[in-house]
Amino acid sequence: MAVQVLLNFLLAFIWMFLNQSWDPVTFILGYIIGLGLIYFLHRFLQGPFYFKRVIAIVSLILLFIKELILSSISVIKLILRPNMDFRPGIFALPTDLKSDWEITLLASLITLTPGTLTLEVSPKGDTLYIHAMDLPDTQEAISQIKNSFERAIKEVTR
Amino acid sequence: MKSLNVIEIAKIVVGILLVIGSLLSLLSTYGLLRLPDIYNRSHAATKAATLGIMSILVGAFIFFYFVDGLISAKLLLGIVFVFITAPVGGHLIARAAYRTQVPLWEKTIKDDLKRDDLKRDKRMTKKLKKAAENQ
Repeated sequence: MAVQVLLNFLLAFIWMFLNQSWDPVTFILGYIIGLGLIYFLHRFLQGPFYFKRVIAIVSLILLFIKELILSSISVIKLILRPNMDFRPGIFALPTDLKSDWEITLLASLITLTPGTLTLEVSPKGDTLYIHAMDLPDTQEAISQIKNSFERAIKEVTR
Repeated sequence: MKSLNVIEIAKIVVGILLVIGSLLSLLSTYGLLRLPDIYNRSHAATKAATLGIMSILVGAFIFFYFVDGLISAKLLLGIVFVFITAPVGGHLIARAAYRTQVPLWEKTIKDDLKRDDLKRDKRMTKKLKKAAENQ
């Protein structure tokens, strides 16, 4: 992936040399043309086309922001409820993410989702312990969200 | 020179963002006072307060960009840092509280972490006993 990014920068610089103009507009134009060239030639390079991963990262960030807004709204609804009748609890969530980096990302995504907070990662790194603010009526929705997060993270890292 | 209309629209957007941000901060402080135990309180402190601070910072950024024509990279960096560090801080405080046996609220219905910890402890004591017998 890093090779493809470097190659794209190199192509943009070559485009600037060919045009003999040194402004950002030429650079961006060259970068876009280089992107097209790499798209056509990426089967000669190692790994998949790198821009797919860039799109996955951007969509993950957008997901992050959306979940943050939704979770703030749901937490505030709970705070403003006149009687404290929610049922908190701690549940275990098995995960099949492997590297520390992926698990950290998943844990902080979970912390920012509606009504959940990562308490602990098991020593082996295969289970996350999550404190949920209102366990009964969110458990299934939560596991659905987890699946979508795990898939988004896998798309970025693999 | 930007036209006056754009500045007026930007001012309205900034005002809305600032009001939302300060309301969110106020409500999360109210949640800190009202919620029953430390774990539920850290829910309020991590989520609503993070979004509140972020929207105040975004409002300040838009204000400086449209009114003074200034792109403040420090504000953008501040947004990113708050966004990255707030969930980690909430996680660490809750974890430290759990590890020092701060009690959960009495209405808590499930505790998988305790169950798995007990299992692990039993396994460890068995192993230690075996090792002691072998020696």
